Amino acid sequence: MDGLIISLIFLVLGYVFGKLAERRHYRSIHAREEILVRLPTTSCKKPIKTSTPINHAELVHGHVVISIDYFKRLLAGLRNFFGGSVRSYETLLDRARREAVLRLKESCPTANEIINLRIETSSISKGGSGDRVGSVEVLAYGTAIYYEQASTQPSLL
Amino acid sequence: MFVSNIEDIPGKTITTCYGIVSGSTVRTKHLGRDIFASIKNIFGGELKGYTELLGESRDEALDRMKAQAQQLGANAIVNVRFSTSSVAAGAAEIYVYGTAVTVE
Repeated sequence: MDGLIISLIFLVLGYVFGKLAERRHYRSIHAREEILVRLPTTSCKKPIKTSTPINHAELVHGHVVISIDYFKRLLAGLRNFFGGSVRSYETLLDRARREAVLRLKESCPTANEIINLRIETSSISKGGSGDRVGSVEVLAYGTAIYYEQASTQPSLL
Repeated sequence: MFVSNIEDIPGKTITTCYGIVSGSTVRTKHLGRDIFASIKNIFGGELKGYTELLGESRDEALDRMKAQAQQLGANAIVNVRFSTSSVAAGAAEIYVYGTAVTVE
């Protein structure tokens, strides 16, 4: 009986705080993506502007670990029973990926573009005892390109 | 030390190739972070402790790879790749590898 009450409390807490956290996170992602849209990011191996001389290049990376809340984990468990798309995990992964790319961009604000962007996902603390930890780690890495006279020439793209 | 994850260092030419260099770390977080993370697991959201932990270990793996390249006499590493795996519950292995080269 006690266990049931505790898990019910967890459910309510998870639902309320998880929803709030997700909404707040999406708001911050949208705002920051708008600011950083001037920094083009591609998965190509060559810079977009081939004629412009390159000053230097460096490896940049950004990563984040995000966890799912108690309510959504239960929901996903139920989904597992019936099959179909698991919406709660979709938003978790979407948030994690976008956050990782944003952090990568924020780590090199003066770069002109980022090429060969790779995104890698791994679930950490998998295979633990009892309840699985529904947390994912997303790592985004790429090469930041700085063109000559980067400061005087605004990005055209 | 120039590091990139493309085949070359833009604006430079590769003169010598030394082969693969790599660096890895296996880390586990301490109990405090673990407890905090399991509480955070109820509410959802970012697990800052884990983010920090993986960031630190990734930097260390990168440093080890760079040290190895330096030992060989290289001044750049190209085609760098990261990989993460969880070897045991709560422990993460970060592995970084690339090709050590000399550029001019």
